[in-house]
Amino acid sequence: MDTNNTIIELKGISKSYNGMKVLDKLNLTIHDKEFVTLLGPSGCGKTTILRIIGGFVEQDEGDVFFMGKNINDLPPHKRQLNTVFQKYALFTHLDVYENVAFGLRLKKTPEKEIAKKVKEMLELVNLKGYESRRVDVLSGGQQQRVAIARALANNPKVLLLDEPLGALDLKLRKGMQVELKKIQQSLGITFIYVTHDQEEALTMSDTIVVMENGKIHQMGTPTDIYNEPIDAFTADFIGESNIVPGIMHKDYLVEFSGKCYECLDKGFEQDEEVDVVIRPEDIKLVEPNEKMITGIVETVVFKGMHYEMRIRCGEKLWKAQDTIFEPVGKEVGIHLTPNDIHVMKKSDFVPNNSKEVVTPNPENEGSNEN
Amino acid sequence: MINLKAKWAAGPYIVWMILFTIIPMLMILYYAFTDNNGAFTFENMVSAWDYVPTLIRSIWLALIATVICLIMAFPFAYSISRKPMSKQKMFVMLVMLPMWMNFLLRTHALAQLFEDNGIINTVLQSIGIGRIQMMGTEFAVVVGMVYNFLPFMILPLYSIMTKIDQSLVESAHDLGANNIQVLFKILIPLSVPGIVSGITMVFVPAVSTFVISKFLGGTDFYLIGDAIEAQILGNSYNLHTGSATSLILMVIVIITMLIFSRIDTEEVEETLA
Ligand SMILES: Nc1ncnc2c1ncn2[C@@H]1O[C@H](COP(=O)(O)OP(=O)(O)OP(=O)(O)O)[C@@H](O)[C@H]1O
Ligand SMILES: [Mg+2]
Repeated sequence: MDTNNTIIELKGISKSYNGMKVLDKLNLTIHDKEFVTLLGPSGCGKTTILRIIGGFVEQDEGDVFFMGKNINDLPPHKRQLNTVFQKYALFTHLDVYENVAFGLRLKKTPEKEIAKKVKEMLELVNLKGYESRRVDVLSGGQQQRVAIARALANNPKVLLLDEPLGALDLKLRKGMQVELKKIQQSLGITFIYVTHDQEEALTMSDTIVVMENGKIHQMGTPTDIYNEPIDAFTADFIGESNIVPGIMHKDYLVEFSGKCYECLDKGFEQDEEVDVVIRPEDIKLVEPNEKMITGIVETVVFKGMHYEMRIRCGEKLWKAQDTIFEPVGKEVGIHLTPNDIHVMKKSDFVPNNSKEVVTPNPENEGSNEN
Repeated sequence: MINLKAKWAAGPYIVWMILFTIIPMLMILYYAFTDNNGAFTFENMVSAWDYVPTLIRSIWLALIATVICLIMAFPFAYSISRKPMSKQKMFVMLVMLPMWMNFLLRTHALAQLFEDNGIINTVLQSIGIGRIQMMGTEFAVVVGMVYNFLPFMILPLYSIMTKIDQSLVESAHDLGANNIQVLFKILIPLSVPGIVSGITMVFVPAVSTFVISKFLGGTDFYLIGDAIEAQILGNSYNLHTGSATSLILMVIVIITMLIFSRIDTEEVEETLA
């Protein structure tokens, strides 16, 4: 992407609350018409970034640029962007029509134009005919649509969305994800979207910004982030993965779980300790032989498209996915091609499901294979 | 639909209401329209008519006090409703604190401040401004009303405002509203129920008070409450005109409240827009 179409730029943004650093010298460039998702665990500072862009929170340090202009001192109501709040924040004393018309009325738009715009917006979010409904009797999904229509009625250049689908059930979420993406594309505006649902991020975004502890951890297209996570943290956060400690003996040769595997990675020091990440769907279960990791099938769960299996190899429990399943109790071998093995610099990150992986039953609690 | 149990549960209060609300009202009605011999008459209503100037004055002062209360209470209630919960509790306590002291004592204490030789005048004199006559003025009476009834304005406003989520204020700003527009388009319309009940709770006791005017109004400051008190308990004893005067006051209050309770959010929104 060329740099001329930058719409928002954050430079060296820091923010602390009660002495606790929430954002740490963060830099972020967002391009026009891009669907950018901020993704990260709870408390990593996603909402804070959004609120700084919206003008509701003032950063301690750093600058916010909007179309090249510094907007540090611009109050929210003068910023050319609009927000869809997680709790919808609809005005309960106004009906659907007046909610959507709110921003236009403030700008003293002629009544005729308001009527036209409101109609257009309600059509966009599939709420035609709801004009005179009270907002507090609408369903959660409908309320969310009103909130989106209300924000879009102002013709913002950028729409900020803070976990807009967080309160909806799974099926509604999926539907709204598709709709939101469509809306973003048809209007051709920038969406900055906050979520901690990695699947949502993968399906909707042009760019995913993976955050951790107030810092940007990795940024890239969904494919990049999924296929080439820079470390165990991103790998674990985006999609399921098996993360095991390993030793890089030399270029293209890594040892983990007591076996040596050929891999595509190089440039590590000799015998450097590394993290090895393997996606469950890359694992192929085969007849065991002594060259590969072997284990016993412990559980099999049917997931619709595939079976999800857990393979016990001593204390380590491997996650594997396949369209055919091996029966529980069978001994299998884990077959990996060099392509399936992702070697990463050792990070102090501990996968949040490490408990399940390392110590599956209470008797083993406290033991650890490292 | 009310089931039998719910009906019975309301029983004690219904008995109470009959004894202390319905029967007294009927008695007022009876006295207002009868003479000493118990014969029907409009005579009392005619004599009560003499009190109309007093009534107007009472309504006027109560209105001023109510408006002052509203203007002071609204921003205060809003600002405490935005504070963290622990601080909110502390402020609510502070608001209620004076209410734990007896109403008569409180008013009496205020009178001490306002007296010709009271604390305020002593201070004023010592800094060279000189004494100001405050007792017996409308100023003192209105201050007395505000002092006594302000918590009744703050509390309903505060309790409705805690329900206004900060995200509403933020989204209004987000859509382009400045502070004044947020006040008139969001905060006031959403506070209407609190405003209505606050006004009711201040105006009704203020318009019928006799303690405040008695303590702070001096000898010849007469409000409708004083008139009624004098007729029912005091020196111009006449139960019949007293009842008639009460009745007129009551009707006026009820009419005001009816008009008031009809105000709904939409109308406010329309007039403000
Ligand atoms: N007003 C505030 N006062 C004090 N601390 C705050 C405030 N707002 C946020 N924080 C803290 O800042 C950190 C980041 O908060 P933020 O809301 O940005 O996280 P988030 O990434 O949006 O998390 P989530 O996914 O749970 O919404 C958290 O530790 C939070 O407790
Ligand atoms: Mg958040």
